[in-house]
Amino acid sequence: MATYRFDPNAKYAKTHEWVRMEDGLAVVGISDAAQDMLSDVVFVDLPEVGEEVTAGDAVAVVESVKAAEDVYAPVSGVVVEVNEELVESPELVNDDPYGAWFFKIRPGSTLEEELAALMGPEEYAKHLEETAH
Amino acid sequence: MAELRRTRLHRAHVELGGRMVPFAGWELPVQYPSGPLAEHHAVRNAAGIFDIDHMGQIRVTGPDALPFLQRIQVFDASTLEVWDAHYSLMTYDDGTIVDDIFIYRLDDGWMIAVNAANREKDLAWMQAHTQGLDVQVQDISEPTYMLAVQGPRAEAVLQKLTQANLAPVPARTALRAQVAGVEMVLGRTGYTGEDGFELFFDADQAETVWWRILEAGQEEGLLPCGLAARDSLRFEACLPLYGHEISAETTPHEARLGWVVSLDKEDFIGREALWKTRLEGPPRLLVGLEMIDRAVPREGYPIAVEGRVVGHVTTGMKSPTLGTFLALGYVPRGHHRLGTQVEIQVRGKPRRAQVVRRPFYKPRYRPGRVSR
Repeated sequence: MATYRFDPNAKYAKTHEWVRMEDGLAVVGISDAAQDMLSDVVFVDLPEVGEEVTAGDAVAVVESVKAAEDVYAPVSGVVVEVNEELVESPELVNDDPYGAWFFKIRPGSTLEEELAALMGPEEYAKHLEETAH
Repeated sequence: MAELRRTRLHRAHVELGGRMVPFAGWELPVQYPSGPLAEHHAVRNAAGIFDIDHMGQIRVTGPDALPFLQRIQVFDASTLEVWDAHYSLMTYDDGTIVDDIFIYRLDDGWMIAVNAANREKDLAWMQAHTQGLDVQVQDISEPTYMLAVQGPRAEAVLQKLTQANLAPVPARTALRAQVAGVEMVLGRTGYTGEDGFELFFDADQAETVWWRILEAGQEEGLLPCGLAARDSLRFEACLPLYGHEISAETTPHEARLGWVVSLDKEDFIGREALWKTRLEGPPRLLVGLEMIDRAVPREGYPIAVEGRVVGHVTTGMKSPTLGTFLALGYVPRGHHRLGTQVEIQVRGKPRRAQVVRRPFYKPRYRPGRVSR
């Protein structure tokens, strides 16, 4: 199996999103493993600013040469910012998966329990190993 | 599911970091670490090498080889001289497509290159139509290895490994030569929209030939290329892929392959039906579509006109060479004209697209042989 990079400050969903709390906002992107599995990313479809999302909702789409994958909201809240840079330069997702955030969510009251349900870097690394064939 | 077959280069692909996936019953690299985009650009700008040993080769020999070929495929093979090669189709009685094939007229008979997924079907189809003819039809896929070296630098790469002078070899012709010390048939053919060669040789020499070409290609910018790049390259050049643009449900004319069909040659299977579609015009047509709205069209997405579904996308992607979002798909005749606007339903949402000229990328082949 390939060796993947992890952001130690992020939490991870089984569906390969990472979420990092910055200034009270949940910043969301996709993991190094996710971008590697997708290969060359050619298109990113972002949610609308102001959209209300629930953890587990498919809110964005990331497409590579061969596949289209949904990006799920790891936490509930309101989308307050999207990374327009990815629309013009989707390859940033491959180059810098933990820098290339997709959207920021102003979380609601369920944040703590939603974060607790996500995985830390070690647990996510183990999850990747277990799900690799 | 049946065990996936491995080509003799399986170990080489793994060693190169190829990502192995199932394809038509075979385990093949979809990409190498450089990625499908880099591989695509290498073929457009320099060169790429593809392991296409999953493709089948069928040898046709005997005094009635030509009448047999005239019966089972649509192109007038009598126009081919020794060393000529030509794209063609085999059709059923109703004019739908058995397979798309490449015919090589060699010095010792004919060779037909067929799609991996159709190999057994094609062989059975051919063998079932030899009645009354003195012809031998033999599957030589096992002992024959097939590689493709494609791109503007393909000739330069191979020239380093052979005494034969490759420069004057016209497109769609073949020759016998020794490459990397291995006797082979080299066709100036391919399926990428670029100049290049396809190599047919003793399967036991696969590793030798593969590594020698990779080595010779290093300073020319040659990359090993996987299935993803093969698909995006053939797509931009609008070369159909069986199971996608063409199938047992489509006819040559609706797939815009009427140019392959020699309706005026002697009788062949499907001729009557093809005369009819030719005269009446097919009810639907394959078109090239470019997205007006930003979205990636993909195979299977519905094509709609004023909210009503009229067809489907057969292949779609962001074109690596052109940077635009493009699709091939079927629409009813009348909606096929350049500039016609349709909607492609991208994950349920209507996105505007318009009919554009095919091919998306104009192939850069060498000149063909001048007919005498």
